[in-house]
Amino acid sequence: MKLIYERSQPGRRASAIPRYEGLPEPEVPEALRRREPPRLPEVPEFELVRHFTELSTRNFGVDTGFYPLGSCTMKYNPRVHERLVALPGFASLHPLQEEDGAQGALELMWRLQEILAEVTGLDAVSLQPAAGSQGELTGLMLVRAFFADRGEAEQRRKVVIPDSAHGTNPASVTMAGFEVTPVATDARGNVDLDDLRAKVDEHTAALMLTNPSTLGLFDENIVEIERIFHGAGALMYYDGANLNAVCGISRPGDMGFDIVHINLHKTFSQPHGGGGPGGGPIAVRGMLERFLPVPAVVRREDGSFGLDYDRPHTIGRVRGFAGPFGVFVRAYAFMRAYGPRLREMSETAVLNANYLLARLKEAYELPFDRLCMHEFVLSARNLKREHGITALDVAKRLMDYGFHPPTIYFPLIVPEALMIEPTETETKETLDAFCDAMLAIAREAAESPELLKEAPHTRPVKRLDEVRAAKHPIVKYGFDAHPEPGSEARPVATEAPRGS
Amino acid sequence: MTHPYLALTDADREAMLRTIGVASIEELFRDVPAEVRLDRELALEPPLSEQELSAHLAELAARNVDTTRELSFLGAGIYDHYVPAVVDAVLQRGELLTAYTPYQPEMSQGVLQAIFEYQTAICELTGMDVSNASGYDGTTVTADACYIAKHATGRTRVVVTEATSPQVRQVVKTYAPGFGLEVVEVPHRSGTTDPDELRAAAEGAAAVIFQQPNVFGCLEPAPELAAAANDAEALPVAHVDPLSLGVLEAPGRYGAAIAVGEGQAAGNFPSYGGPHYGFLAARREFIRRMPGRIVGETVDAAGERGYVLTLQTREQHIRREKATSNITTNQTLLALGGLVYLTWLGPQGLRELGETCLSLAAYARQRLVERAGLELLFPERATFKEFAVRVGRNAREVVRAARAHGVHPGYALGRDYEGMDDVLLVAVTEKRTPAEIDRLADVLAEVAR
Repeated sequence: MKLIYERSQPGRRASAIPRYEGLPEPEVPEALRRREPPRLPEVPEFELVRHFTELSTRNFGVDTGFYPLGSCTMKYNPRVHERLVALPGFASLHPLQEEDGAQGALELMWRLQEILAEVTGLDAVSLQPAAGSQGELTGLMLVRAFFADRGEAEQRRKVVIPDSAHGTNPASVTMAGFEVTPVATDARGNVDLDDLRAKVDEHTAALMLTNPSTLGLFDENIVEIERIFHGAGALMYYDGANLNAVCGISRPGDMGFDIVHINLHKTFSQPHGGGGPGGGPIAVRGMLERFLPVPAVVRREDGSFGLDYDRPHTIGRVRGFAGPFGVFVRAYAFMRAYGPRLREMSETAVLNANYLLARLKEAYELPFDRLCMHEFVLSARNLKREHGITALDVAKRLMDYGFHPPTIYFPLIVPEALMIEPTETETKETLDAFCDAMLAIAREAAESPELLKEAPHTRPVKRLDEVRAAKHPIVKYGFDAHPEPGSEARPVATEAPRGS
Repeated sequence: MTHPYLALTDADREAMLRTIGVASIEELFRDVPAEVRLDRELALEPPLSEQELSAHLAELAARNVDTTRELSFLGAGIYDHYVPAVVDAVLQRGELLTAYTPYQPEMSQGVLQAIFEYQTAICELTGMDVSNASGYDGTTVTADACYIAKHATGRTRVVVTEATSPQVRQVVKTYAPGFGLEVVEVPHRSGTTDPDELRAAAEGAAAVIFQQPNVFGCLEPAPELAAAANDAEALPVAHVDPLSLGVLEAPGRYGAAIAVGEGQAAGNFPSYGGPHYGFLAARREFIRRMPGRIVGETVDAAGERGYVLTLQTREQHIRREKATSNITTNQTLLALGGLVYLTWLGPQGLRELGETCLSLAAYARQRLVERAGLELLFPERATFKEFAVRVGRNAREVVRAARAHGVHPGYALGRDYEGMDDVLLVAVTEKRTPAEIDRLADVLAEVAR
């Protein structure tokens, strides 16, 4: 289909901007004035709406169908959230409004903090981080501040991360100025305790652990892990990416973790928006509270709510204002709709995952044969060995059956990985239909492998050439100079990264 | 009763447990050691129905005084510009709203093409070669720019002008120690930055960050500031207001290496500070150092045009501790709002919007001086849509007094700058009318001085 720029004609427009008679002329000093106007699209409103509506028909969301993208918790988002977040008292509230004009917003944030403290089993919460990754980075800044305060900042430079971890963990460690110490996974899918004991010492600042892990397995040795880290004087960081498995069942604080980030957009329902926004609040043990970002949302002695900037030990500010407020409105609404029944949410997510696992493990390899939590990882290694069919082929073929594929090739420690997370918001009929499709694909792999290799057959485009895109980057429309599809594009950049 | 957000019936659960081969849901959690189990119910208030939720949140919302209930001249980074209905209409398409990062391009051509169009719009606005798919906000993308500059130059100091938003500077300072960067600030001289002073500070620096228009609303001599940085071989990073770029020159045209900014003004509601989007665009030589998602054009197996996430070897899920950033979830939905908004505006609309802001703000400057008897803080400086005035007494008190008249007159700059306790920062968007500006002047005439 056309790009919006290709639907554009000079002289068309969708907007009318207010102009007033008798005001001073708009003046910009000559040296600062724009010479050439930006080539933004020129379309009437109905062309705009048709364009984006057509784009939407070429996209698949949770509202379209089953989206078992492992590690991303693609649950259905109640529509009432969209109405609530659009209330003028929320949407049109300026973040620098005086506190007495923002009591409702501040109370909502304070209540959300209280709920998150209870769900994580920790003492204090900062809502500021914009996403899980930023929560990780913020947490690591707290680790640095904590040890700096004890005079151990130079000594404790290492952060231990399992080889099954999300890539964000090691990336955050580098950005926070620490070094990564990788630790292996054992034959049952737990952290390898022998490897761990050999690597944790007086130079260790923290552990970063996702529990259940990216394999969807609860670490059976979590109590011993806690002893090892706290015994060495290190802190424990919980990556909350998989919190959807354990709400009301087991709390990170009770597992011994000192810092937790919560992905509000996973566990507590945000519409995901094609990649965001998210929210990555962090919850901490009391000893770390004074290092949290500013401003802190507080309830004052007179019962009113406010923003507290007077925190001499704070690490500072990690984004603008008090955080992504619209995300808080949705998460708060979601958690109030469940209350203590959040436990049923997690139980259902775990039941759904185990049901899929039970139905699929005969046709695909299961690297760790245990009950899973809210997700599990299969391997298409058997199909590759026997029929030359890869996890990618399985994923593309699933599209023809009307399902979004699972996460593939992650975690890295499982070859031909298919990481499946159904979430709690599916009917048994949908789960069965997905299993039937996966089993049919395993049969097709033997009977008609070319059907899989050429999949998808039913999407608006065939399989896309990602290698070509990276080799000859075309990252914006070139207007008159835009290359024809398939022509030899000139590379935009060739310089290799240096220093990182 | 099954919770309305769930679906399994008792019969479903029994059948599923049978297939799994366990007797109870409890048994599914057998790997969780008893010591770490919660042995009680979560201490949370009872569940609310949708109707009860709506009433509860409406009550909370009603206790906020938003810009529909108070005549507001608040800005300082977040602006009350008009958001057209088409933005809501597009963002509420479920296929776009409820998708995630387009890892599977054949399922995600809608979002991918939209991001490609967004990248194009940002490059057109800023005069740059490459844009990412968005960062968290205008503060974090500035920190991202520092990370690019550090690795591109191998230098360990960044310079930021004091006339750059305090929040931006605070975030840069929070990130800097982890990046191994030292942050140096250059003071303003009567509201703008002196290029010679900046040139001296830029010696040996990785980046020089300035804001246009700056925190006081003043227009910096941006081309001279960029030249000062370039003279020292430090990367000039321009933090710009996207809605100024119909009337103000694009950073790429005056020598900036990286352009960043807060996208909120272009297509997002203020929403008490977020979620919004930060944009980050750069010259082409930095493409492989960019943080975050980038969409590229390619072809499918049939030779038809299509879009994919590209240059992913920069990113955390491939490069891990050597990645250019840890970002994964970004602000795509808000950036899509930005694209729809900029499409709605078009080049004509963008220029007219800038001109209306310029005229209204000039009128407001005039009225506050002539009618309210106030003194401009920096009378010699050109401004865009925001300007600073002295109100003759503590500005926070003036804000309180004016609000009693239903007018929020602006932001008290003394919260961030010493010696400015009597300074008010006044923002005038195209949503304000001349009559409303007259009202501001009347109220300030009464409560100020």
